[in-house]
Amino acid sequence: MGPRLRGDDPEGVSLKFRRNLRNMAIIESTISTGSAGFKANRDGMLALIARMRMLEARSRAKSAAAKERFHKRHQLLPRERVALVLDPGAPFLELSTLAGYMFDVPDPDKSAPGGGVVAGIGFVSGIRCMVSANDAGIDAGALQAYGLDKTLRVQELALENRLPYVQLVESAGANLLRYRVEDFVRGGNIFRNLARLSAAGLPVVTVTHGSSTAGGAYQTGLSDYIVMVRGRTRAFLAGPPLLKAATGEIATEEELGGAVMHTSVSGLGDYLAEDDRDALRIARDIMAGLDWDRPEPDHKRADAKPPRYDAEDLLGIMPMDHKRPVDMRQAIARFVDDSDFVEFGPDYGPATVCGQARIEGHAIGIITNNGPLDPAGANKATHFIQACCQSRTPLLYLNNTTGYMVGKAYEEAGMIKHGSKMIQAVTSATVPQITIYCGASFGAGNYGMCGRGFHPRFCFSWPNAKTAVMGGEQAAETMAIVTEAAAARKGAPVPREQIDAMKAKITSVFDGQMDVFSTSARVLDDGVIDPRDTRAVLAEVMAICREGDARAPHRMQFSVARP
Amino acid sequence: MSGDRIVKLTPFRKILIANRGEIALRVMRTARRLGFATVAVYSDADLDAPHVRAADQAVRIGEPLPAQSYLRIDAIVAAAKATGADAVHPGYGFLAENEDFAAACRDAGLVFIGPSPQAIESMGNKAGAKAIMQQAGVPCVPGYQGEDQSDATMAAEAARIGFPVMIKAVAGGGGRGMRLVESAAAFPDHLRSARSEAQGAFGDPTVILERAIVEPRHIEIQVFGDRYGNAVHLGERDCSVQRRHQKLIEEAPSPAVTPQLRARMGEIAVKAVKAIGYEGAGTLEFLLDGAGNFYFMEMNTRLQVEHPVTEAITGLDLVELQLRIASGEPLALRQEDVRFSGHAIEVRLCSEDARHGFMPQSGKMLEWQPADHLRVEHALYSGIDIPPFYDSMIAKVIAHGATRDEARRRLIHGLEQTVAFGVTTNQAFLTACLRHDVFAQGGATTAFIGQHADELLARPLVAGIDNAALAALLLYVTDPHAPPWRPGRSLATTFPMPMRFAIDGEVSETEIARNREGDYAVGTNGEGRAIAVAALDGGVIRVKADGLTESVRYRRAGGRLYILRDGVVLSVHDLTRAAPERAAAGGGDGKLRAALNGRVVAVLVQPGDAVTAGQPVATLEAMKMEHVHVAPVSGIITELGVTEGEQVTTGHIVAVIDAATDATA
Repeated sequence: MGPRLRGDDPEGVSLKFRRNLRNMAIIESTISTGSAGFKANRDGMLALIARMRMLEARSRAKSAAAKERFHKRHQLLPRERVALVLDPGAPFLELSTLAGYMFDVPDPDKSAPGGGVVAGIGFVSGIRCMVSANDAGIDAGALQAYGLDKTLRVQELALENRLPYVQLVESAGANLLRYRVEDFVRGGNIFRNLARLSAAGLPVVTVTHGSSTAGGAYQTGLSDYIVMVRGRTRAFLAGPPLLKAATGEIATEEELGGAVMHTSVSGLGDYLAEDDRDALRIARDIMAGLDWDRPEPDHKRADAKPPRYDAEDLLGIMPMDHKRPVDMRQAIARFVDDSDFVEFGPDYGPATVCGQARIEGHAIGIITNNGPLDPAGANKATHFIQACCQSRTPLLYLNNTTGYMVGKAYEEAGMIKHGSKMIQAVTSATVPQITIYCGASFGAGNYGMCGRGFHPRFCFSWPNAKTAVMGGEQAAETMAIVTEAAAARKGAPVPREQIDAMKAKITSVFDGQMDVFSTSARVLDDGVIDPRDTRAVLAEVMAICREGDARAPHRMQFSVARP
Repeated sequence: MSGDRIVKLTPFRKILIANRGEIALRVMRTARRLGFATVAVYSDADLDAPHVRAADQAVRIGEPLPAQSYLRIDAIVAAAKATGADAVHPGYGFLAENEDFAAACRDAGLVFIGPSPQAIESMGNKAGAKAIMQQAGVPCVPGYQGEDQSDATMAAEAARIGFPVMIKAVAGGGGRGMRLVESAAAFPDHLRSARSEAQGAFGDPTVILERAIVEPRHIEIQVFGDRYGNAVHLGERDCSVQRRHQKLIEEAPSPAVTPQLRARMGEIAVKAVKAIGYEGAGTLEFLLDGAGNFYFMEMNTRLQVEHPVTEAITGLDLVELQLRIASGEPLALRQEDVRFSGHAIEVRLCSEDARHGFMPQSGKMLEWQPADHLRVEHALYSGIDIPPFYDSMIAKVIAHGATRDEARRRLIHGLEQTVAFGVTTNQAFLTACLRHDVFAQGGATTAFIGQHADELLARPLVAGIDNAALAALLLYVTDPHAPPWRPGRSLATTFPMPMRFAIDGEVSETEIARNREGDYAVGTNGEGRAIAVAALDGGVIRVKADGLTESVRYRRAGGRLYILRDGVVLSVHDLTRAAPERAAAGGGDGKLRAALNGRVVAVLVQPGDAVTAGQPVATLEAMKMEHVHVAPVSGIITELGVTEGEQVTTGHIVAVIDAATDATA
């Protein structure tokens, strides 16, 4: 059957031809693994591999020499941090382990390559990420020779391959003894790249394990999600010595840049971890909370866990009187998967609650109110809305607010501009936004919490919800004070009965319009739902949004016309 | 004899089983084989239980607590009426020895598969039963069963009987209201506590006194009687291995009973059955002392939990005998027809933590796979929720062999193969009992567990890879985010991962890394041992280290890992990325958390109360056991997280104590 090249072809050759025809594309092995040449090559190759591994091992050992010091402080070594942030057993494509070889010390027996950075592409909670860690075991994490080049290359790779960027930061910054002005100028690219990553829709997740000071503070500051470690994080522009020299002020490192200060006062940190292990867990939780790879609309439904608590409890959580406080996290626990809610910035602006959760597998960012919106809360919510837009995570607004905070201190703190910023973020958000009126939705709180006027994709009410510019009593009291003041100015006091009558009228006008039987009648929502159905309704709504966004209908220049 | 009498048939066709769990399934199996239709009843906690699935019809009878469901006579009789059932099998426990229930069935025209209400009543009262038995010539332990319950009389009677003395609740059972008193001095205290427990448990503080037989064996004789005056015995069972006065291991025959003794005990039992005109299955329980003297304790007027060992050595189906007798058939079995073959041992697999005072456990049984080749009576499936409301016995494993050693060997092997992941069971404890020299030699008395507790609770040494290394390896390869395991070269990071985990509550740390060749190094400070994984599939890992290959069953569920090794389930909790335990460990945060899933039966403090460490704060009840929760620290109760009657889950905050305002300071 096979083609015959020669009429007198011996049988063996034609057989070989046929075999080749069957295995057209398979390369036939022609090497002899027993040959002397092969063996010599192999020995040479193994020796080179051994040299490379020896150099890698030397850097590891140099870094690990700090093990006792780190462990005594309940800190992990940088490579332990990398191992713990990565999915065990998953591929990790480590990069440029030989960076800076012979440039740190020109001695092949002493040079410890790596540039002071451990970096590679690996998996964090199932998401392929660029992971970069300061090798804090060596020289307090200062960048070493070619460390800048390595870092910039690693950032370029993340940008080109659209990888989220996970940084495990602990660095004393540049080594001042080796200062070179071109490194300082070129170093700006590190910060530029962080801003580019964020704008490119690639989340930058940072754990600030230790020092992140002066210029290095921006390595933390330019991140989208920041985890700080209690007692270890140091993020400030000037430490105590420089501060004292510059202004004479005396402050401790903890006061200037500790994790507790940053997560509760400055808002630089979003999550407070108890130690390195806890911090890496949080970093993994943040990644797990992103719906990063979204293959099909319903991909997670099958293994979604139900809430741990009974939805029936939702009946007893919301007070009938909206003035009574309620912890909305207790409500959230009764309709999100596994009652799992990774709270974002819980200690900064704590009356405003933000966090990641899933509903029937759909990732969702939740914003709700445990009290009035204040400047910190509005700032946090703005940040959170933008972070959700970055990761394409739909937003859920659970309205339970009597509005933005009032008072001298709050006006001075810029309540209006921070509130405005939040309203801008809500307006410009590019992800599906869903609103549920769970309790009060008063005043500008209604706007900031994506009320009907802000065109949420869906807007539902719980039966107890109240919507108004303010409460009826407040409105009546306000009018009474204004009227009495005006009358006093004129010197003609208004009779008490008249004031009371006016107050009663205002109260009845306001209160008569605020409940769901008034607002839903005016189609100011998409309907009233039984709180026990919240999970099911949200699951449907999320699926509708996701399917709708993924659908590509054939748009036409005309409507289908009847004959 | 039967030939002389008129046959009084009470035929039926559809049986309602007034029980749950394995016994309901056991009764249904025979009923179905004999052509009877079956009806299950269930509480809200058993909505989807196996006995509900198995029955032809099922009727809801109430809420989870037994008093609101399985003990509701009206609801069960109504269920029978609604489904057209014409007979009721009570199983064991619940209403099995309740004469009112038997009477209610009879009054409703239902055949009660068991003895008459009168027989149940007379045997249910321990004092009365003894008197009856004594009259029938059955030897009894010296004791006092008088109506005069005054402290003085009780003390005088105790002295007359002679110490040690046992105090027992008249209405008792399951070890409640029972106290062993060693001396006259300790008697008043024990009397008081036995009475109060009896009052709490049975609503009747009346107690009886008995001479305590030291280190006796628990020997019981299985009997059957019919309504025509026929009776046989099916030999004895030895149920000496007990904890908390509850049986754990039962066997037939008893290694301590000679053929002569068997014949004598059997004869006395049959005589007694005939004397009281007993119908159906019954068991006479005796204490056997070291000298071969036996004393009647009580008669159980129902099928026993441990009936399968008798079935194994006699080849009879005891449920079938029950059904035939209840339908009015004369006992077809004569004493000389009863033949014993080989030896059978049963163990009761209980959801309880032997290492923590046998505390009952409830929760989700993630994986359940009973042993092959053995009879296993259970009502479990992988993923079932074991509710906290009922008995902790979840399965019985029965082995039969030509000899006692063969039965024991088969049972040990079967237990080792049993997969029960998710809820702590006494699997390892049972294996240890079966392996123990004293039991192996047939020398176990009722004192066995108490005397050898330390040895029985010790973790057996394992050959090959140590448990911590195996746990680290399994945590690593089965991490929820780990990619599917593959053999061969690996690109995983070779940086050792510092693992931290608790095995049965004990924290370990070790490092693990996978090298480029695909093998694992487990250990600390570079002293890693090389472990190769040969296969990882379907819940089994095959590991190779130091030339030894081993296959191990495991189950990963989130941060939890269960490993079955040599019949011991290791429960591993991954703490690798957990925050450090703060001062909170041991209640230092002032929060008292529920130690188990249970119902709050008593709240003993009010907000604002000052408490001292160790003071009872609340009592939870689970699986018929009360668990007092005490204050972890001294201070002021600032918050109460429970109300009486509430059902709480493990970890629920019972109370918050502000230790800063220490009341004792």
